[in-house]
Amino acid sequence: MIPQEIIWEVVRLTLYVVGLIAFAAFNAAYLSLAERKVPALFQLRYGPKEVGPYGLLQPVADGLKLMSKQLLVQDGTDVFLFKLAPVMVIVPAVMCLAVIPFSETVSARNISLGLLAVFSFSSVHVLGTMLGGWASYNKYASIAAARVVAQNIAYEIPLLLVVVALVMATHTCNLHEIVDQQAGAFWHWNVFRFQVSPLMPVSFLLFFICMLAEANRAPFDMYEAESELVAGAFTEYSGMGFGLFFIAEYANIVVGCSMATVLFLGGWHCPFGLLPGLHWFLIKLYVLCFCVIWVRWSFPRTQFYTLLNLSWKLLIPLAFINLVLTAVMLKIFG
Amino acid sequence: MTQGTQSIHRETFVLNLGPQHPATHGVLRIKLTMDGEYIEDAEPVIGYGHRMQEKMGENRSYAKYLPNTARLDYVAAMFNTHGYVCAVERLAGIAVPERAEFIRVITAELNRVASHLLWVGAFLVDLGGFTPLLYTFDDREQILDLLEATTGARLTFCYYRFGGVCNDIDDDFVAGTRKFIAHLRSRMPMYHAFITKNIIFRKRCEEIAVISAETCRKFGATGPVIRGSGVAYDVRKLEPYSVYPRFNFNVPVYPEGDCMARYRVRMDEIEESLRILEQALDQLPGGPVMAEKVPRILKPAKGDCYFNVESARGTFGVRLVSDGTDKAYRLKLRSPCFSNLSLFQECSRGLLLPDALALLGSLDLVIPDIDR
Amino acid sequence: MSLENLTKKFLEIAVQSAPPAPGPDTPAAEPQPLVVATQHAVKGYDLDVTVPPERVLDAARIMDEAAFMLESITGVDWLAEQQLEVVYDYTCLVSGARVTVRARVPRATPELPSIEALHPGANWHEREAHDFFGLIFTGHPGLIALLLPEDATFHPLLKDFSA
Repeated sequence: MIPQEIIWEVVRLTLYVVGLIAFAAFNAAYLSLAERKVPALFQLRYGPKEVGPYGLLQPVADGLKLMSKQLLVQDGTDVFLFKLAPVMVIVPAVMCLAVIPFSETVSARNISLGLLAVFSFSSVHVLGTMLGGWASYNKYASIAAARVVAQNIAYEIPLLLVVVALVMATHTCNLHEIVDQQAGAFWHWNVFRFQVSPLMPVSFLLFFICMLAEANRAPFDMYEAESELVAGAFTEYSGMGFGLFFIAEYANIVVGCSMATVLFLGGWHCPFGLLPGLHWFLIKLYVLCFCVIWVRWSFPRTQFYTLLNLSWKLLIPLAFINLVLTAVMLKIFG
Repeated sequence: MTQGTQSIHRETFVLNLGPQHPATHGVLRIKLTMDGEYIEDAEPVIGYGHRMQEKMGENRSYAKYLPNTARLDYVAAMFNTHGYVCAVERLAGIAVPERAEFIRVITAELNRVASHLLWVGAFLVDLGGFTPLLYTFDDREQILDLLEATTGARLTFCYYRFGGVCNDIDDDFVAGTRKFIAHLRSRMPMYHAFITKNIIFRKRCEEIAVISAETCRKFGATGPVIRGSGVAYDVRKLEPYSVYPRFNFNVPVYPEGDCMARYRVRMDEIEESLRILEQALDQLPGGPVMAEKVPRILKPAKGDCYFNVESARGTFGVRLVSDGTDKAYRLKLRSPCFSNLSLFQECSRGLLLPDALALLGSLDLVIPDIDR
Repeated sequence: MSLENLTKKFLEIAVQSAPPAPGPDTPAAEPQPLVVATQHAVKGYDLDVTVPPERVLDAARIMDEAAFMLESITGVDWLAEQQLEVVYDYTCLVSGARVTVRARVPRATPELPSIEALHPGANWHEREAHDFFGLIFTGHPGLIALLLPEDATFHPLLKDFSA
């Protein structure tokens, strides 16, 4: 006889996983709508407005269209890897969401190494994209596959260096505890903890830039660069194969922005110390998502070597300085 | 190459860019031989949209061929028509009334501004920034509205006729153009703030794809391309036609020869064109817009002539040979984009793919103008 | 380089390649002026030079040394005379002066040297002229179809061409 608690735990987790997949898909759908509506505001136009009121059903129409399309696999493709790649991209993104605490109570799994889990899972999607590009048997996709690996390796280092400094300051890898330490008004947030390191706002900026690059967002969207590589790694994908990459892209943005919220912006805490809860987390999350979209539509794409130079010559040294400074400050004041 | 890299097995591959590719702006194909992302050789393949315009020019009478000229460079159609009309007028000895010349200059300069605005937006799309396109389109739209009201077309204008223009401009046009000049002047600082000063844009353009003045001369590149390489070659100044000598304007020249220089030349040209427009509107004389006694059927005397105009993309030349009949014996259209593209193979060697596409964008190509 | 100097130089080419004295019983052909100064405002060019086909390379060299730019190369089919005229348009980037160099080749053997080595831009212009007129530019590195389809065997701008 299985103990009742375990059954409940299994049911709870299953519901959470279903909920998270729904959350990821919902976010992908409506962030993609935001990706069309928000720049429409910048660009003096309307954006989609035919399907449903204010175009609100546009993502549904897009999804139906993608699902009804044939999955084309052409000659020369490594079929197994070609079909595996979208799955390998979407699964880690959902896994990351499972660890992230959305509020004190809304969190699928509160594990003590949550931070580590997020960063280990999130590095898998690189492999998926790379395999997808490589298996496509397309020169543009192969170039994109090579780019995505170089780019993600370059940006994972400063990202992790920033996070290491943060872990040194917070003494924990548990995301719940990290948020709890930031309870109260906004000057308790990690981004303003000058007593730990005066470079904290800079490290938040570093985190945000690296997050953009890790999520392959403009101006670092090297693997998709439509004016150079047609559609980059996704060139040969059609229908829901492309759709999964698409969902994963937005899921990765959500994961990245959630992590920024949790690590730097006080998670579910209110900036004024009032009524903490899920809504504050979501507000912060979507403000960051808006910034991601904003950046994309404001800047042209960088060159690949500028991108790598930025990481190796600027971000990594800065992250190291931040790390050393944090250590020194902790030794002196901590 | 050092000893170390020689032992590494190097393998090149052929990347077929186009004929349908987001960066080629039409049916242009470039056969790239690549070493990784570096270009070893780039061979443009053109002619997908070839229509044998020159044969058409020999097959029909001068007036019947006239609308075809607007289908060459459809982004700046005024200049093609201008070149053709002037060549025929030169050969047939038709004098154009002053007012018509002024109107030609005004519409041509408006078209130049429209063409450059479109280019700025399209160039930014090549570099991955989509938003400026919508802003430049917004401004360009106002020009097209103005021209539409007068010429009856938004893109493929057939406005110039042998001996003048087909429609007189009205007060609305003059007032609208003045309003537009003020509007665009107020917008230029915004473009400079958002594009010229953008750090990523500058990184992508400065010292990228440098073309020397000598290369430009050897390949016959003209227009903003050669002016971005430090040569002040402008047909409007050197072989003045129409009433251009009456206006005070500068020829923007930047000596760097990189994509940024070509961009700056075009941005400055917009402002110079606005200056010309302003002066032309101020000095606009009255009178007829069509020469009297232009024969219905033109039969220019035997002989040949050449006529050059400064199009938005460079020198558009027309060589016309007449045998005394109502059809041209030979019509040669010298397209600026054709020569500008021909230096791509030479100048893209050793560039990275994105930089080569920046170069391609900065040449401002209109493929039907190349294919003719 | 002033136009007078250019005229002198062009005249040298023309003189050097003057045809051998005609036979005793054939009357000497009417001497044709080979270098004509024209009015820019009337013709659109300042100098009209006619050279024998084998001399176009020398003409191109003169133009290159004077820092002229090759603007276009084109042909004209003179069916009645059974000749193809090849027209080179050069322009000066400093003064805007324009020189037209002409050479006539027989229609049966339309061959003349390529000037691609001196003016690399001529590469495409010569390919185009080859497409349209079947002109053969000897020494051209790759005289293949440019605007016409790769397998085109016709030359549409010849006057006896009909589709």
